[in-house]
Amino acid sequence: MQPIQLHWIDYSILLAYVAFVLGIGWALARYMKTSSDFLTSARSIPTWVTGLAFISANLGALELVGMAASGAKYGIATAHFYWVGAIPAMIFLAVFMMPFYYGSKARSVPEYLQMRFNKPVMGLNAIGFAVMTLFASGISMNALAKLLNQLLGWNYHVALFVSSGVVLVYVLKGGLTSAIYTEVLQFFMIVLGFAPVVYLALKDVGGWTAMTDKLHAVAQNPMALDLNTKAFAPDAWTSAWKPLLGGPANNPMGVDVFAIVFGLGFVLSFGYWCTNFLVVQRAMAAKNMTAARNTPIVAAIPKMLFPALVILPGMLAVALTAMPDKNYRIPPPIIAPENYARAVEVIKNTNPPNPAAEIKDVGDALGQKVNADKITALITANAATKLSDDQIKEGIYNAVAAYDYDSVIFSLVKKYCPAGLLGLALTALLASFMSGMAGNVTAFNTVWTYNLYQAFFVPDKSDGHYFWMGKFITVVGIGLSILCAYFARQYNNAMDIIQLVFGFVNAPVFATFLLGMFWKRTTSIGAFCGLLGGIMSSTLFHAFTFAHGNLPGVKGGYLGMKIEFPSEMAQNFWLAAFAFTVCFGLTLVISLATRRTRTDEQLKGLVYSLTPKIVDHNVPVWQRPAVVGTVLLAACVVLNFIFW
Amino acid sequence: MGLDIRWPIGLMFTFIGVLLTGYGAVNRAASITSIDGQEIDINLWWGVVLLVFGVLMLLGAIRGRKNPPSV
Repeated sequence: MQPIQLHWIDYSILLAYVAFVLGIGWALARYMKTSSDFLTSARSIPTWVTGLAFISANLGALELVGMAASGAKYGIATAHFYWVGAIPAMIFLAVFMMPFYYGSKARSVPEYLQMRFNKPVMGLNAIGFAVMTLFASGISMNALAKLLNQLLGWNYHVALFVSSGVVLVYVLKGGLTSAIYTEVLQFFMIVLGFAPVVYLALKDVGGWTAMTDKLHAVAQNPMALDLNTKAFAPDAWTSAWKPLLGGPANNPMGVDVFAIVFGLGFVLSFGYWCTNFLVVQRAMAAKNMTAARNTPIVAAIPKMLFPALVILPGMLAVALTAMPDKNYRIPPPIIAPENYARAVEVIKNTNPPNPAAEIKDVGDALGQKVNADKITALITANAATKLSDDQIKEGIYNAVAAYDYDSVIFSLVKKYCPAGLLGLALTALLASFMSGMAGNVTAFNTVWTYNLYQAFFVPDKSDGHYFWMGKFITVVGIGLSILCAYFARQYNNAMDIIQLVFGFVNAPVFATFLLGMFWKRTTSIGAFCGLLGGIMSSTLFHAFTFAHGNLPGVKGGYLGMKIEFPSEMAQNFWLAAFAFTVCFGLTLVISLATRRTRTDEQLKGLVYSLTPKIVDHNVPVWQRPAVVGTVLLAACVVLNFIFW
Repeated sequence: MGLDIRWPIGLMFTFIGVLLTGYGAVNRAASITSIDGQEIDINLWWGVVLLVFGVLMLLGAIRGRKNPPSV
């Protein structure tokens, strides 16, 4: 792909956005007087704002780049990350867990663990979480810098440092409130920036039915597009559940129903939505208990509809790739210009034509597998009439038999957006990456300041000291995120990596919360050993397993004995299920074997059975979390049924 | 916090909406997307959508200043 030239109109939109987010930071700076203002927004924000921020905090690189990539690789089954892997957990959080987080007056999720158990349990969770936020933030920034480099030809390092610098300034100025406000701004940018791209691509393909027809053909022969190495049933890309029922061999995700429902729908999803402080922090910043409980509910409404915005583009990209007259392909991995030049030489100097050797030489020159048929056609065309270097290069580009799925979304933006709209879509992308970083950094600085620094190292200083530390660690956090970005630069599909890290840290953690919140007999020793055992077991599980097609190494299987899974996603889901089960079992058994250290009175407000139920009499019916949550769950079931 | 988020959202989208609509109207050649031979004035129309959204947000913010929201 040639870099795109931006026009003044695109730069104006981009600069307007940056000016507004910095402006928000400045406008909020005068309200930042205590560490609580800076790190927790002093619990003062209305529901619709925390709700949209809740969903927006999750709408980073993971969402836009990863979901479009997965939409192309796996089709509509990717929607399980929404309808199975998000909505039920969000509603559970709203109805059952928020009362404890908000009611206990904990300043963070790890702090709830300290109140319920003790400092070591909290510390273990806080450290795991802090590491995870830095990685998530780094992955998001890497994706952004890569995008700016690929799309606009900007320097990777400059792009990374400048965008991190903008985030640093507005978070330092306005703290969590600044992050939450810009997340809301970003939410609207994403929706309004991408809706026209999806609309235009859908129109180009010829509408929904034309797209599914195309995908039916693709599913039966994905080898023709080098999309997969084997054939599937026609509905493999267009049905959410039917391909899964046939087992891991019959769907491109390579997973089965159990892995989806238990691994993703229960363990990963509840682990993420119900215990991840990054999102829960938004609800904790709400101004009262009803607002806090309704935060995930408000968030669930757009979340349910997002597949149309983020997964559909991936499916459209596959359909477009399968339509030769559309002059589009999902971009290949980036190949250096000199490698292209060498491959062009191979084609040019083919005399007499010897396709078999040519194909190998072109592949060697590029360092990528190439489609033999396409190279043969190119050689034949060049033999008939001499093609120009650029024409040969384009032919080679189209013949590369590998895809950089993460660039699906950028390539569609490039194809459909004229100057102006391009600036808008690009700004929306930029916004989502930057607010992804801001979200992670604001969660990280709170956990560090309150749960690690204050709890373990320097407990008795003035609030001014922690306010200062909050700001200082924001700078450090952004610096560490940049390091993580360079680390993430080595990986192909950011989504799988994030799931893996979530698997290590999040999977066991939900067992601890579940037992802690709903079983008063759970002891601190049980919780600590269970959590530690869970994290260790997920690491070990990863070491002993690997996914089909991966060599033992970074992606698992580095400790001798190997269990093979049909796909990385299956490996991740099973890892989560395993770690959860270990943590749950250990916590249960050790709790039964040890003595309780907290009385019923001490656990009031922290454990379900010992806390008076919230009565919603004075809240209108349409604002009651249980009522609205039930309606949303029903809507979610209907969606699953429609796309069955 | 003392700042109503609807102000920045409204102002920003009104600004971008005006910019995009204006650009689409003045510089039509650079503002259309052609799909199967059909030309769509995408900048113009989408600019109008953004403008309407921005103005609605501003109206909300003005109303909110008169009677502070209760939820």
